[in-house]
Amino acid sequence: MLAWLAKRLIDMIPTFFGITLISFAILHLAPGKPTDVLTEMNPKITPEARLRLEKYYGLDKPLHEQYVLWLKRVVKLDFGESFASDHRPVWDKIRERLPVTINLNLISMALMLAIAVPVGVSSAVRAYSLYDKITTVIVFIGFAAPTFWLALLLMMFFGVTLDLLPISGLKSMDHDTMGFWGKTLDYARHIALPILAGTIGSVAGLSRYMRSNMLEVVRQDFITTARAKGLSERVVIYRHALRNALLPVITILGLSVPGLIGGSVIMENIFSIPGMGQFFYQALMTRDYPSIMGVLTIGAALTLAGNLLADVGYAASDPRIRAR
Amino acid sequence: MSGIFLSRFRENRLAVLGAGIICALAMAAALAPLIAPFDPAAIDRRHILEAPAPSHPLGTDDLGRDLLSRMLYGARISLLVGFVSAGISTVVGSVFGAIAGYYGGWIDRAIMRFVDIMLAIPTFFLILAVIAFLEPSIWNIMAVIGLTSWTGVARFVRAEFLSLSEREFVLAARSLGASDIRIMTRHMFMNSLSPVIVSAVLGVASAVLVESGLSFLGIGVQPPTPSWGNILTAGKANIEIAWWLSVFPGLAILVTVLGYNLLGDGIRDAADPRLWRGGRGPGS
Repeated sequence: MLAWLAKRLIDMIPTFFGITLISFAILHLAPGKPTDVLTEMNPKITPEARLRLEKYYGLDKPLHEQYVLWLKRVVKLDFGESFASDHRPVWDKIRERLPVTINLNLISMALMLAIAVPVGVSSAVRAYSLYDKITTVIVFIGFAAPTFWLALLLMMFFGVTLDLLPISGLKSMDHDTMGFWGKTLDYARHIALPILAGTIGSVAGLSRYMRSNMLEVVRQDFITTARAKGLSERVVIYRHALRNALLPVITILGLSVPGLIGGSVIMENIFSIPGMGQFFYQALMTRDYPSIMGVLTIGAALTLAGNLLADVGYAASDPRIRAR
Repeated sequence: MSGIFLSRFRENRLAVLGAGIICALAMAAALAPLIAPFDPAAIDRRHILEAPAPSHPLGTDDLGRDLLSRMLYGARISLLVGFVSAGISTVVGSVFGAIAGYYGGWIDRAIMRFVDIMLAIPTFFLILAVIAFLEPSIWNIMAVIGLTSWTGVARFVRAEFLSLSEREFVLAARSLGASDIRIMTRHMFMNSLSPVIVSAVLGVASAVLVESGLSFLGIGVQPPTPSWGNILTAGKANIEIAWWLSVFPGLAILVTVLGYNLLGDGIRDAADPRLWRGGRGPGS
């Protein structure tokens, strides 16, 4: 198991370098230079001053040297200084925003599992019944609905029509005057709509997956054996079948990480949430190269970590792999 | 096979519904200039943000333009982006997958390593970054969506080729002196055609979703060209006063994506011989 883990970790290294190399190349081959933005803001800037700026950011060096320079700094978690007017280190900015995005995604993932697994199992157990058909239709619709549109509808209904929940930000104006429970409730009220909007689509996909897994497992011989032993249907389904059907879900959760990270751009934009997605969008709009590269790198690292966690989780819960 | 396929497909009411939706949308997009009641770009300052009424069946936007007309023209953008992007990703994925699966060895390892790298990049970030830097034109959008979504196709075409490469009919073709290209295209690719078609159809759906998301963020199709995504941006800006600007374009995206998903699933079930013998397949 340890040897397997070590091999898996070593395997990730070239992938990580590959990702940073691709991101770096694409950003730097694109037409326009980051200093264009800095100098366009200030028409009085002279060509000499512009050259000085380019030299300062290392943009006058050949691309491969820039990449090596950048990589050396990244190892020390130094992503450089943001081009934004505050000139703060990119890592500081990311560190502030990362927990916001991760928290939101973990909560929606937990909620998604809590809904999708029972829905998938129950529609598999009652396959082709009316209940199964209705959930199938709902699932197909939920799967096809664009997340940002669901977010708009939820905003319109709960935020505007009912005026029940806040539709932007993470804190109320009077947040600082609240006690611990007040703050918790305030946070919960603010994240309710983004979480709900993000969960609906993913519940659809996962419950469908869960359903087909269960149908597959129930057909296998060990289930027939369990039934033949005279075990009750509940034990057969929830102890024997469910465990085996849940295994592949671990992998799916790991694979869903890049989608969640990518989706946070739209979600955080709609609800004005100060997370990684919003930061990335702002960095793109101002061509803030160091910040863009920083977010891309952290996003890739999170994705790889997610895949690794999924693999480890899978290995830990499957005795066939654990033994190897 | 095609007889069984067609009859199984027709039995699947949801799949037929999906095909119907797609045909209707394609007609609406093609006939947009004929059936649109107004010029989609005609600004009318006297009729700003009017609720749906007989004169404007779906209401007007913040510049007084007719929403129904804009959505009909928006359908053209969505379908064009969907088809071209899915086409690019299917071709690129099939070529890479076929080469990896057919030749194996270091070529396979190199291609699959590249696929792993692509899978670990949060694709939406990459698409956003590239388009933000390359000026958001519809051609750039199609190219970027296509070039970032081929990995799934490459993976299963490779798997298919690996399992086909030792089969008798492939060995027979090889012993008859058929060239690599001929074996790959005529024999092996033809035998992996149905999953490729399914993934192309599902690919259209996801490209439509990505394009609408990009346009919603302002990085996709640029106004004044109407697209369902950028109409929704106006919907968000006027969310407290004009529900129709948010509801209808989103509904159009939903119905389109639903249509392609139903069709894709229907083709998969109808083409899967494992489901032919047993009762009705899933999704029916």
